[in-house]
Amino acid sequence: MKKTLFDKIWKQHVVDEREDGSSLIYIDRHLVHEVTSPQAFEGLRTSGRALRRPDLTLAVADHNVPTENRVEGIKDDIARIQVETLEKNVKEYQVPYIPLMDARQGIVHVIGPEQGFTLPGCTLVCGDSHTSTHGAFGALAFGIGTSEVEHVFATQTLVQKKPNTMLINVSGKLSIGVTAKDIALGIIKKLGTSGGTGYVLEYAGEAISNLSIEGRMTLCNMSIEAGARAGLVAPDSKTYEYIKNRPMSPKGDLFEKSMDEWKLLPSDEGAIFDKLVNIDASSLEPHLTWGTSPEDVLPINSNVPDPQKVEKENLKSAMKDSLDYMGLKPGIPLTNIKIDKVFIGSCTNSRIEDLREAALIAKGKKVNDSVHAMVVPGSGLIKEQAEKEGIADILIEAGFDWREPGCSMCLGMNPDQLKPKERCASTSNRNFRGRQGRDGRTHLVSPGMAAAAAIAGHFVDVRNFN
Amino acid sequence: MKSFNKLSGIVASLPQLNIDTDAIIPKQFLKTIDRTGLGKHLFHEKRYNKENNLNENFVLNKEPWNKSKFIVAGDNFGCGSSREHAPWALLDFGISCIISTSFADIFYNNCFKNGVLPVILDEKNVIEINKLALEGIEISINLEEQQIIAQNKIYKFDIDPYRKHCLLNGLDDIGITLENENKINFYEGKLSNKKWHIPEKI
Repeated sequence: MKKTLFDKIWKQHVVDEREDGSSLIYIDRHLVHEVTSPQAFEGLRTSGRALRRPDLTLAVADHNVPTENRVEGIKDDIARIQVETLEKNVKEYQVPYIPLMDARQGIVHVIGPEQGFTLPGCTLVCGDSHTSTHGAFGALAFGIGTSEVEHVFATQTLVQKKPNTMLINVSGKLSIGVTAKDIALGIIKKLGTSGGTGYVLEYAGEAISNLSIEGRMTLCNMSIEAGARAGLVAPDSKTYEYIKNRPMSPKGDLFEKSMDEWKLLPSDEGAIFDKLVNIDASSLEPHLTWGTSPEDVLPINSNVPDPQKVEKENLKSAMKDSLDYMGLKPGIPLTNIKIDKVFIGSCTNSRIEDLREAALIAKGKKVNDSVHAMVVPGSGLIKEQAEKEGIADILIEAGFDWREPGCSMCLGMNPDQLKPKERCASTSNRNFRGRQGRDGRTHLVSPGMAAAAAIAGHFVDVRNFN
Repeated sequence: MKSFNKLSGIVASLPQLNIDTDAIIPKQFLKTIDRTGLGKHLFHEKRYNKENNLNENFVLNKEPWNKSKFIVAGDNFGCGSSREHAPWALLDFGISCIISTSFADIFYNNCFKNGVLPVILDEKNVIEINKLALEGIEISINLEEQQIIAQNKIYKFDIDPYRKHCLLNGLDDIGITLENENKINFYEGKLSNKKWHIPEKI
């Protein structure tokens, strides 16, 4: 029987199959951060259970951490206690930990791949919905809640129902100025925010093969915004090249032997998926969200949509509410929308390639006087690399605020937040109400689009931006 | 975990589509290291105005819905972040059953770990229950029988048998998994063939 990439990984990880159709699945890698772990560690402690495999676990603080004046520590007492609690817990349970002041610290979904912790064919979980990012390596990676974090701590397994599979075939080539972020937004536009619920997505086709590993991470990261807990890309030579010589990945002969195993992972020719979706990459344009759900998205040269043209009553009122919240009038061109803030960062778009894309646009130009533009690298190592490559200088000279790594304004758990009614061009993943700050207005875009908007002071088509 | 079998009470109507977990419990309350005390922050930005006073127009602030035990919600309830603080906040407020046409996966799963029952009904039935919710009419649920009883009408619902069993008995599924620890040991024993299984130390 011909198998999909997902089928192969699933089958290799079944510890037990239960009568009710659920399976006990082995977890190879567990990433931990400060926000969703304290209650899980406390649960272990109360029940007197051990943490089964600290050697398969890696912890870092990212959500709560300040992105400036870090040497002064975390000023918010509650946030500081949460990070200190993580530090205490990793010490007690001997979990490998990257400290806040370490150059390797960063967003959990950036540092996992960067350290070589994420590998093809592994099952990887984290108490964070954007764990789907790691699917870019052909890993079955998905977000879990805190109870499941505790379950993995105690048993190194999870009880799961086998999900359905969906193949998203992205054929053809992307035009210049159109990125992995635009593929992701284009897919969400097509599927809606719940179209992927119950599925594991596999992204394939010419446009996916042509994506860099960073681009694949951006794409897989946003699988959850289409409702899918996991997204996958089959590993190939780019994957192996990326993993080779990373600190935690296998070395030498062991690497070669692992690679032989990984090469068997891609879906067999003719394997059956439960659902198939085709997308023509050449038809995709730079995208921009206009509303308060990632599915509220349009190509840049569109106008703000008109609720009066929507037939279904609940969709009409949802659109009207979104536009009210966003302070937008139907019919105006998206390129007329002025912005106050720019956020380039998050587990979606904070990697070196994203920063290069922003720097390419910003070189020799200035951030508009009416805009505050922040760049928050995904990790300390990316920050160092960007500084070495001269990217940081380009961005700083253009007037961007160059920060320390962390989740930052993607969700605003630290002080990086929008003020009420401030409008932000953001490279993050969610434009939910209040996500970046109460009454803040978020528009999701690619790093190039964000940088261009920072300079123009309003949204522009990055393809025509000079 | 608290067991769940029967429940009767008022239903709060939240018919909006795609209510996300950021809306259920905003970020500033995720800094806690406890599971309790989140009920007062449930739907914070809707329940309180900017000056932190109660917004009297929001359903959960109005009599009799301020004592709701159910929510009837629009499609795709609980989408977005994996934060288990969402079911913790619902439960702490007193809501332990949510009825919708669909739920986001992670939220759906998180509910069952905390004695919260998410019930999926088709759109027609959700609309009927929503009407009762708006009128402030009590409904009942019986998990054992897999039915909601509302104004003498019975709505049957499906539920995964394992999850039902755990909810009915308030079972801790870590305990259940560890009953089969020998199977995990056996699986791990075979892992020596997997070249990459243990990461290099950092």
